[in-house]
Amino acid sequence: MLLKRKPILKLKELFIERLLFLFSFLSVFTTLGIIIILLFESFEFFKEVSILKFLTDTQWTPLFINKHFGILPLLCGTFLTTLIAICVALPVGLVSAVYLSEYASLKLRAIVKPIMEILAAIPTVVYGYFALLFVTPLLKKIIPSLSGFNALSSGIVMGIMIIPLISSLSEDAMRSVPMSLREGAYAVGSNRLQVSFRVVFPGALSGIISSIVLAISRAIGETMIVAIAAGQQPKLTLNPFVPIETITAYIVQVSLGDTPYGTLEYRTIFACGMTLFVITFILNTFSFKLKRHFLEAYE
Amino acid sequence: MSRKIFSRRLDKIFKILGISFMVFSLLVLLVLLIDVFLDGKSRLTWGFLTSFPSRKPQQAGILSAWVGSVWIMITTAIFALPLGIGAGIYLEEYARKNRLTKFIEINIANLAGVPSIIYGLLGLGLFVRYLNLDRSVLAGGLTLALLVLPIIILSTQQALRAIPFSIREASYAVGATKWQTVRHQLLPAALGNIMTGVILAMSRAIGETAPLITIGALTYIAFLPQSPIIFLKNFPFVRFSLKGMFDPFTVLPIQIFNWVSRPQKGFFTNAAAGIIVLLCLTLIMNISAILLRHHYQGKIRW
Repeated sequence: MLLKRKPILKLKELFIERLLFLFSFLSVFTTLGIIIILLFESFEFFKEVSILKFLTDTQWTPLFINKHFGILPLLCGTFLTTLIAICVALPVGLVSAVYLSEYASLKLRAIVKPIMEILAAIPTVVYGYFALLFVTPLLKKIIPSLSGFNALSSGIVMGIMIIPLISSLSEDAMRSVPMSLREGAYAVGSNRLQVSFRVVFPGALSGIISSIVLAISRAIGETMIVAIAAGQQPKLTLNPFVPIETITAYIVQVSLGDTPYGTLEYRTIFACGMTLFVITFILNTFSFKLKRHFLEAYE
Repeated sequence: MSRKIFSRRLDKIFKILGISFMVFSLLVLLVLLIDVFLDGKSRLTWGFLTSFPSRKPQQAGILSAWVGSVWIMITTAIFALPLGIGAGIYLEEYARKNRLTKFIEINIANLAGVPSIIYGLLGLGLFVRYLNLDRSVLAGGLTLALLVLPIIILSTQQALRAIPFSIREASYAVGATKWQTVRHQLLPAALGNIMTGVILAMSRAIGETAPLITIGALTYIAFLPQSPIIFLKNFPFVRFSLKGMFDPFTVLPIQIFNWVSRPQKGFFTNAAAGIIVLLCLTLIMNISAILLRHHYQGKIRW
């Protein structure tokens, strides 16, 4: 009986293993799919627009009669909102992380961490609403010249959105610094602040930088906040008070419009997507390498 | 001596700074919730949930939006759950520690960081155009399934990793095969943590807007996908149909985005009311995930 069943059982085991392997290999196909589709459509785009022009022209007007295809204004918009977001998220995120890891009681941590998680889970379209209809009117009272759509309020709200990312990943990094290092510093008479910033912080530095780089990458790829609150005017400016447009917001703008598929105008979104993918890929890889380096250091 | 006092004072200042920054984060969350609630509560009526969108803000509702969201969630779950959990099981239990496995794992970590709008471009090129699914529920669900796969895979792996090796050895010792061990020992033990990850993944999917806009989901839609249950003339009998998967759709976040981007003030109120509904769904999912994790963390002692 047992002998009879065994070959079938073995076959079933083998089949399941192969099937599960295919499932995990699907992720490789996903990456390949992204690269192939972006490359193919961008290739068609760059047949008509030279890469040099794409990277150096200072105007982006593919939907107008006088067409210019310079990515710089969109890159500038993305850079500006990301910069504002990091200026908000970096101090708040890092101080919260140090506090949670070195100062807070277990009880406080147990309350604050889930709330941070909820802050991270709020859909970005809600943050967009918040930026346009709460933060912008509020800022207008302080800065009367502020436009209804601007980089400032979307950048600030984006910063709030990435605070949990920086604080929780940096905190994880700081907590994995061995206790013996802290005890050594306390033994020679340091206080908590000195231990935090002279021992734990430098010890966790590569892990902390890894979390910041990841947050930057998230801010660059963020779409709905800027699509709602930053405007639709690609401009080569670092003025945070005027409407701008980011790479992601442009892709949304074209997707909502009635540009026919297969035209040059339509292919711009794939060229934009390619640019976005390359930038975030480099940042993510860098962050990943730093994190691995950090984890290996304390093993 | 004075240096010591100075550094002690600095320590206190930092403590206050830390508390105030954290209070700031919580305050922002609170202000956001209150602001949206005050803006939208007047439109939150039964009619709002049962009406189609309209050109008149007072008559517009989110019927097609929430029905579309339910369709998309189910479609996403149908594909992402088996694929994600299966892939997680393979990587944690079957895969040898070789270059191929490492390559797949790095690849999954990278996919988790790809901006969601890029998944939209993938869905547009692959599902909408190449596979000719058009702007259907199926195309949207598949796109979001690919988007949440890394989250489900990673949480499955973590859940399995937390199970001590002795459980596997005991199972093998009584003659169980690998799959029998996974099916009867590991999966039941890991289920709580896997479900936590799945709920978080689905809460991510319900709030996603950008990829669905990119694949061309409609923003104004006044009909529903064909119902999966069709009542026949001889009443208690029904017929099941998945034809609705090939119908066009809109989802709650897209409807909200559409209302936010209109100039008339009346639609802002609608957007806020829509956000209350969306936030309730997201918060319920997240809080249940947190509670579930808490429950399982306390319960199982190896």
